Amino acid sequence: MPGDILVVENLKKYFPIDKSTLLKRKTLYLRAVDGIDFTVREGETLGLVGESGSGKSTTAYTVIGMYAPTGGRILFKGREVAGQASERPLDIKKDMQMVFQDPGTSLNPQRTIGQIIALPARVHGLVSGGSVERKVIDLLEAVELPADYRYKYPRSIGGGERQMVAIARALATEPSFVVLDEPTSALDVSVQAKIINMLIRLQKQFKLSYLFITHDLSLMRNLATRVAIMYLGKIAEIAPTVEFFRSPKHPYTQMLLSSIPVVSKAEEELRPRRVESRGEIPSPVNVPPGCGFHPRCPMAMDICGQVDPVMVATGQDHLVRCHLYSGAARSFSAAD
Amino acid sequence: MDDKLVVIKDLHVWFRVFGGYLKVLNGVNFTVRAGEKVAIVGETGCGKTTTVKSILRILAPQAKVVRGEIFFKGEDVLKMRPPRLQHLRGSGASMIFQDPTAALNPVFTLGDQISEIIRYSGSRPEGSGAEIRQLAIKALREAMLPDPERMLDNYPFQLSGGMRQRACIAMALATPRELLIADEPTTNLDVTIQDQVLRLVKTLVVQRGMSLILITHSLGVARETSDRVYIMYAGSMVEAAPTGEIFERPLHPYTQGLLSCIPKLTGEGVAEGIPGRIPDYLNPPPGCRFEPRCPHATERCRRSKPEFARVGDGHEVACFLYY
Repeated sequence: MPGDILVVENLKKYFPIDKSTLLKRKTLYLRAVDGIDFTVREGETLGLVGESGSGKSTTAYTVIGMYAPTGGRILFKGREVAGQASERPLDIKKDMQMVFQDPGTSLNPQRTIGQIIALPARVHGLVSGGSVERKVIDLLEAVELPADYRYKYPRSIGGGERQMVAIARALATEPSFVVLDEPTSALDVSVQAKIINMLIRLQKQFKLSYLFITHDLSLMRNLATRVAIMYLGKIAEIAPTVEFFRSPKHPYTQMLLSSIPVVSKAEEELRPRRVESRGEIPSPVNVPPGCGFHPRCPMAMDICGQVDPVMVATGQDHLVRCHLYSGAARSFSAAD
Repeated sequence: MDDKLVVIKDLHVWFRVFGGYLKVLNGVNFTVRAGEKVAIVGETGCGKTTTVKSILRILAPQAKVVRGEIFFKGEDVLKMRPPRLQHLRGSGASMIFQDPTAALNPVFTLGDQISEIIRYSGSRPEGSGAEIRQLAIKALREAMLPDPERMLDNYPFQLSGGMRQRACIAMALATPRELLIADEPTTNLDVTIQDQVLRLVKTLVVQRGMSLILITHSLGVARETSDRVYIMYAGSMVEAAPTGEIFERPLHPYTQGLLSCIPKLTGEGVAEGIPGRIPDYLNPPPGCRFEPRCPHATERCRRSKPEFARVGDGHEVACFLYY
């Protein structure tokens, strides 16, 4: 579709686990991402939300090329891109950048901030000799850091400032698409607020599209254009943000939303009727048959343990992967 | 005075480091009544953990109590001799830590670790193995761990993060206590598991008529778990009020700032945050420690530290704007 900057089709990423014994060779697969479809449109923020072990970070790493996918296709600006970053053309790598969760480990401790920010611009030939300094100062200015920070080392600045440096580094190649992998989850709320507002401003200023990976639904309410919920390697529900929070359809989404601690009565009223959280996310090595969520689902029916539901549309742009909405549940019990 | 379980008065704790002292706690005033659930909310490095560790006297060796008093049931904790201290830690209060993986010993089974606590704390120093095993099973069952008999023989690595935290709760509550201190018990957990763990802690504390001190950086968690909230900033309490009151009518500029920059489900956007960062504890500002970041700061705030004073029914605040 025109306007889509990233299209992901049936993406799969399995990790082999060697369970061989002396006599028998045996390999199990951890299905981190198990056939997902989504698009990121130009200029929007797609929030990819999930608990630990849901496969959201693996999705991000596969999109950016850190992992080669086991199956499926990734189209960036209409071009099919190869699995691994090493096989991708330089102009695509320049156009897709990433910001990691922990700026304490994603910045080289032996380089000054100026060197860290300049490197991607040098690699992609965007600067030459004399213009490096200017570029670094402009980038620091874009993330609201003083120009003399270019002489400092990452260890001598605060966690929030380090994340701003990581953002400046991502912007150094003038990308149009940025993957943000939980960029604020290691930070305090007062610092998070600053970074979030900066990301919103930079998105407008540089016409960026974001794939925002997070576990924080309240944050997505204030930032995302559309929200996708992942559970056990699959997308459970995807919808435009306002619609998503007004009428969450999937029982897992409802459980997540009703588990969020809130700070006012107005917010309480926006949470779905109490769906008591129970159970834990199963291991992606032993995925339950049928729908992966059925052992925890308060609405589970017979069919849920046998047939994996498919995505159905319940409204404009609103897709849900649940038997409650597929109509299949009814025909299944009728056939029984 | 009678119903006050923990009272901290004007507590100053410093840490010796190369180049001087980190003046971390700067006059903490704090009270927990019997049967009360109190939350301490603050950002990284504000001294929340130091405050509760000083109640149990488990501070690091380089920490020094410079001034102040701590009372547990009217008894001066800082003057306790080792046998009384063991009594305090064994049957007075117990603590759950943020990271259950680090809190559990990786080379012993859960059964070993729980039995040890039952054996050495409280009123039953002796007891047959079978009796202790039954108590351990009961503790695990109350913490809602599935299949407790089998769980006793498991090692911590065989459990998920949520189950490890439940095991820590089982250990903390295996013997009767009057106070449970929970130091960010759900920070490393997913939101649905956080919800389960908080409900469990709350139920057990209420059932047994215990008091709870919950440390958290999340105002939402504090609101859903506690009766009263303390807001802490840079080494002292800046505001305390009954939970409903503090969210309806936050007074201290720091509390107001914190509340405004939390992303909310109502989706009104996120405020710009609080400018600046937490002060350097080697050379903290002489007056109010929030003054360099405060939008209402005056000359008076630069010179002297505001007292933690009562401004309404159970509402205390340390800010010159109110007196």
